[in-house]
Amino acid sequence: MKVLVCISHVPDTTAKINFTNDNKEFDKNGVQFVINPYDEFGLTRAIWIKEKQGGTVSVLNVGRAETEPTLRKALAIGADEAIRIDADPTDAFFVASQIAAVIKEGGYDLVIAGRESIDYNGGQVPGMVAAMLKWPFVNACVGMELDGDTASLIREIDGGKEKLSVQLPVVIGGQKGLVEEKDLRIPNMRGIMSARTKPLHVKEAVEANRQTTVGIYEKPAPKGDVKMIDAENMGELVRLLHEEAKVI
Amino acid sequence: MSVIVFLESWEGKFKKNTWEAALYAAKTADMMGTEAIGVTFGKLDDDAGAAGKYGLKKVISLEDGFDQYDNYKYAEALQKIASENDGHTYIISGTFNGKALAPILAVMEGAGLITNVTALPSSVTPLTARRSVFSSKGFVDYTTEAQKRIIVFVPNSIGVEEGEGTAEVVGGSVSLGDNPAVEVKEVDRVKGKIPLPEAERVVSGGRGLKGPENWGMLEELAETLDAGTACSKPVSDMGWRPHTEHVGQTGIAINPNLYIAIGISGAIQHLAGVSNSKTIVAINNDPEAPFFKAADYGVVGDAFEVVPRLTEAVKNFKANN
Repeated sequence: MKVLVCISHVPDTTAKINFTNDNKEFDKNGVQFVINPYDEFGLTRAIWIKEKQGGTVSVLNVGRAETEPTLRKALAIGADEAIRIDADPTDAFFVASQIAAVIKEGGYDLVIAGRESIDYNGGQVPGMVAAMLKWPFVNACVGMELDGDTASLIREIDGGKEKLSVQLPVVIGGQKGLVEEKDLRIPNMRGIMSARTKPLHVKEAVEANRQTTVGIYEKPAPKGDVKMIDAENMGELVRLLHEEAKVI
Repeated sequence: MSVIVFLESWEGKFKKNTWEAALYAAKTADMMGTEAIGVTFGKLDDDAGAAGKYGLKKVISLEDGFDQYDNYKYAEALQKIASENDGHTYIISGTFNGKALAPILAVMEGAGLITNVTALPSSVTPLTARRSVFSSKGFVDYTTEAQKRIIVFVPNSIGVEEGEGTAEVVGGSVSLGDNPAVEVKEVDRVKGKIPLPEAERVVSGGRGLKGPENWGMLEELAETLDAGTACSKPVSDMGWRPHTEHVGQTGIAINPNLYIAIGISGAIQHLAGVSNSKTIVAINNDPEAPFFKAADYGVVGDAFEVVPRLTEAVKNFKANN
């Protein structure tokens, strides 16, 4: 089984979000970068597959050299090789084109990407990769069992879950549920040592369109001061929610 | 030129966010000086003509072969309907299915796709729309110059206003090519619960509730308010509540009209997923809880006393109004 896990390099969940260069760019100054949390579930799941039935786990990022520590971390967690496509990941169509090109060469059976990245929250890349390859696509996947070439999958739907069956290869948009939070693998010392010598291939980007451009960033308008209500007087809160906020 | 809108249905029924999509499309079409056409899938119990109340004049109903949602089939069908009706712009609500469908359609059409959109387009030539980034810690305008374009908006972004009118509903058919096959084995919907992304009001609990056995009072408040129930990440990680209720940066992002946070401290990762709520009420026994800085209304007190009191107050209000 050859599994490819797509890794986004994103600001840590506690990072303060600021913009720079006349609000045209995200300010990376002092920001810690991590593996996108949605991708971590897929990475651990891929390692389980390898441990249970053999095979290899490759991790892939489209980004500049600054993302290599994130890929090394994925290697330390247990991936066998890493691929970095040397380009700026500024448009989902462009990024998906890069990933699809790697998959066409690589002979993968299963591709797992997080259902979205916590920086741009686009949720576009996994579905685009699937469509470019004409592979089945299951998004918001919260459960997976493999039996030969058949994958039994569970995806989240509005107000419930759907059980599906597909023939490999397939592209999955993953999240918590592929494995549980407590099962997430973290790097141990042996992993960190071995990650240093595992292959990290850097490839040139292929030609591809960028379909969108990004304007000026803004921060959300600051909230006004909180209005404190006496805990004994919930009638007053209901009155305010009705008359002032107009939400009930 | 026309605007094509995916009118999603669930077991033959439409929801509020179907009509929000209709309204979004009608308003966008207005800006473009053209018309929006709705597309429904599968057999319906509800009347698609109701789309007229939200500005649509015409709805194309595709029945045969579309009872079960399928990314590729639905995307290809929308593409065919668009090509027969000179459709250049697609409007899709960001439901689970909508988010899965849009990128497939974008590749089929070579379209510019803008997702996570929180307002009507600010311009239509070229198409520009404001969207949320960094889990709502920022906003930015995305522009696409592509000939075909797709907007996926966040449910409850523009709301719905009901007007007058009936849309003409015409039967349609499309012949589909070979698409990757996905077999649906079972659909399991939780009955009697309001799914989170579409809930207009949400009552949410954190570690301050001390254990899963204490969720009864929260559920009673939610029921009284016709609200969905949600929880913080630690609560879902400890297995007190299902994952599907976890709101926050790595769970579901929501933007209800009213969000009531009970016993949730207000960590930055939690706020990221809920800060787009129009009105936020924080109830916490710690007056220093960071949530009070992000809330519109705050109550310092013991949740076990405050919540039942609030439920009573809402019941009184409903009895008198």
